[in-house]
Amino acid sequence: MSSPITNSILNKHQKIERNVSILLVLSLLVVTIGGIVEVAPLFWIENTIEKVDGMRPYTPLELAGRDIYVREGCYLCHSQMIRPFRDEVERYGHYSLAAESMYDHPFQWGSKRTGPDLARVGGKYSNDWHVQHLTDPRSVVPESVMPPYSFLADKDLDTKAIGAHLIANSRVGVPYTKDMIATAEADMKTQADAAADSKDFLKRYPKTTVGDFDGNPNRLTEMDALVAYLQMLGTLVDFSAYNPTQDDR
Amino acid sequence: MRYAGSAIIVAFGALLALLAAAVGQDEAFRAHMWIAFATLGIGAIFLMRRVQFASPGHPLPIEDTSGFLDGVVRYGVIASLFWGIAGFLVGIIIASELAWPLLNLEPYFNFGRLRPLHTSAVIFAFGGNALMATSFYVVQRTTRARLWGGNLAWFVFWGYNFFIVMAGTGYLLGITQGREYAEPEWYVDIWLTIVWVCYLLVFLGTLVKRKEPHIYVANWFYLSFIVTVAMLHLVNNIAVPVSFLGSKSYSAFSGVQDALVQWWYGHNAVGFFLTAGFLGMMYYFVPKQAGRPIYSYRLSIIHFWALIFLYIWAGPHHLHYTALPDWAQTLGMVFSVMLWMPSWGGMINGLMTLSGAWDKLRTDPILRMFVLSLAFYGMSTFEGPLMSIKTVNSLSHYTDWTIGHVHSGALGWVGMVSFGAIYHLVPKLWNRTQLYSLRMVNWHFWLATLGIVVYASVMWVSGIMQGLMWREYNDQGFLVYSFAETVAAMHPYYVMRTFGGVLYLSGALVMVFNVYKTIKGDIRDEIPMGAEAPALQPAE
Repeated sequence: MSSPITNSILNKHQKIERNVSILLVLSLLVVTIGGIVEVAPLFWIENTIEKVDGMRPYTPLELAGRDIYVREGCYLCHSQMIRPFRDEVERYGHYSLAAESMYDHPFQWGSKRTGPDLARVGGKYSNDWHVQHLTDPRSVVPESVMPPYSFLADKDLDTKAIGAHLIANSRVGVPYTKDMIATAEADMKTQADAAADSKDFLKRYPKTTVGDFDGNPNRLTEMDALVAYLQMLGTLVDFSAYNPTQDDR
Repeated sequence: MRYAGSAIIVAFGALLALLAAAVGQDEAFRAHMWIAFATLGIGAIFLMRRVQFASPGHPLPIEDTSGFLDGVVRYGVIASLFWGIAGFLVGIIIASELAWPLLNLEPYFNFGRLRPLHTSAVIFAFGGNALMATSFYVVQRTTRARLWGGNLAWFVFWGYNFFIVMAGTGYLLGITQGREYAEPEWYVDIWLTIVWVCYLLVFLGTLVKRKEPHIYVANWFYLSFIVTVAMLHLVNNIAVPVSFLGSKSYSAFSGVQDALVQWWYGHNAVGFFLTAGFLGMMYYFVPKQAGRPIYSYRLSIIHFWALIFLYIWAGPHHLHYTALPDWAQTLGMVFSVMLWMPSWGGMINGLMTLSGAWDKLRTDPILRMFVLSLAFYGMSTFEGPLMSIKTVNSLSHYTDWTIGHVHSGALGWVGMVSFGAIYHLVPKLWNRTQLYSLRMVNWHFWLATLGIVVYASVMWVSGIMQGLMWREYNDQGFLVYSFAETVAAMHPYYVMRTFGGVLYLSGALVMVFNVYKTIKGDIRDEIPMGAEAPALQPAE
């Protein structure tokens, strides 16, 4: 029935079937190849991430807002990745670039759009709209199935630990300077305070909106942080200076 | 002094948790450590109550370690059932939240916090316990050796379930890494690593001291599942904690690299946890239940190596048309399509094992479950490659179609093969002559099947509709639908999907009752399966 070649292969395979060590090592080898060929080059190939103008690390307030976004699992219903299709670009704006999430630990591209994409939601709505929408989504979008997040407006933001968060981010490669880390807590308060002197802060973090975000200037809450984060999403890269053909993937 | 050592270690763990609860750097971490303290404290009390002391003249009875270690398999079966019910229930709750958003009770029971609880409960708690229990059972039977490592298997069982408690309660407190299917934070990940290495040791150790020269094919699959999951878990969870007494960490990777590492992990959580592991289960229980040898030994060799080699490459199909470089997307697509073949190799090998035993389907609802499971395996491993083609994916991605696809695999393949294995195991593990009721297995079969069919078809319709609505233009070149209109259109489908889930859960509840009665030793007074057909009367 069987050809000699088949038989010789089967005989060789017999050895694997009778030796745990060979089986273990071989199966481990076989499963590592794909990852080495596919994932590893992304860390070395230079044009994986485009060269663009305008990217900067998150401000301390935005970073805190992003942590809340992660904590509440927003990524489970909202993507932050606009695909290069006519309808998506019309609906949400310029398709997303790899550079735009270069400081995102972890990435929040998402995998499901129960709600709309948020990659460029920054600046599209007012702060008041966001606060109202987060507090009671159906009061502004009757069809919405989003959960309410009114508790954020009652929860004081933890400002003490933010320096440690910046340090952890710098350890994984986000270019926070010593200066930025030292002033993190003050910067957080400055950004949420319309009356504060924000000149130095804006030098550290250009293209940043300063002001009260949650409609309650007396308190710095988690709502301030989350709205500050939402309002900067997709606003950093200067697309007038971006030439896609030059950096074509 | 039996149990004294373990009692002391667990009590010490509880003490550490209490200390961490006192000095934790953030609110969520402190709350989480209180939960750890309570869980370990209860564990320590239970262990202390079981401590036995030897006294002069009354030595401790010697433990019989000659036979198989099956206690841990029994516990695993019960744990799997318990978490299964919990996971299905949370699934129904979040499905209802999408249909009726008023059900979101902020902050702890919002969709965003419950969804990882659902996925982890069904994949890692229900599926994980089923895999551990069956792998411990199968490896002992096929090697004719007792589990290696003495009570290490017990540590694996309790350690793994402690991991589940910590992961699940963490999600409710908002402790998450924000990586799908890898949400637990750094300290819970470290704990899982320890447990998983011990699991590998128990499994390997048992294979090493086997009394059977040949390693049975089921064990190849179990072994590659354990090893590969260890590799994936270690790489995907590399992170820098903000504080060693705090819950938050930041991933070592960012943006596009992070995305590919995560989906390399995520897709192979499907490939190795939900496929290779359960194929191991299939390779033992289907031949056993059918009373037939595996159809083709050669096919099992080819499809084993091809499957584990190809699966690893398929991750990028989760990132089509994103900012991931095109070459990686294309590689992912090509390998995903190729993966169809070894997947069907497994299905064919399973189904053809029934050659000559197909008549048993009439009388054996357990075998029917295995067959349906293989059918769903075949269907979803055809649907998967289809959806990984970029053109199809441009429509299906971000929609409910993906959710439907996952559930036909999870409810159909993983769920049904686990139910079948548990029905097969329970009478054997508890020394009962038979199950309490085969007719109730049949009820379970039909409730679950109907539930899956409702769920999957509803999600096809809603997913494809959603995708088409998003890209619909009118003749003047404007988008027809606002996003909010597409959300409103989903409502009836979300209601029907919830109904599908309720059917599936009811089936599982029937199973729990059946298993409970079987363990009690009851046998239901019923007409045997296949005996109800009236005898044919000759025509006059």
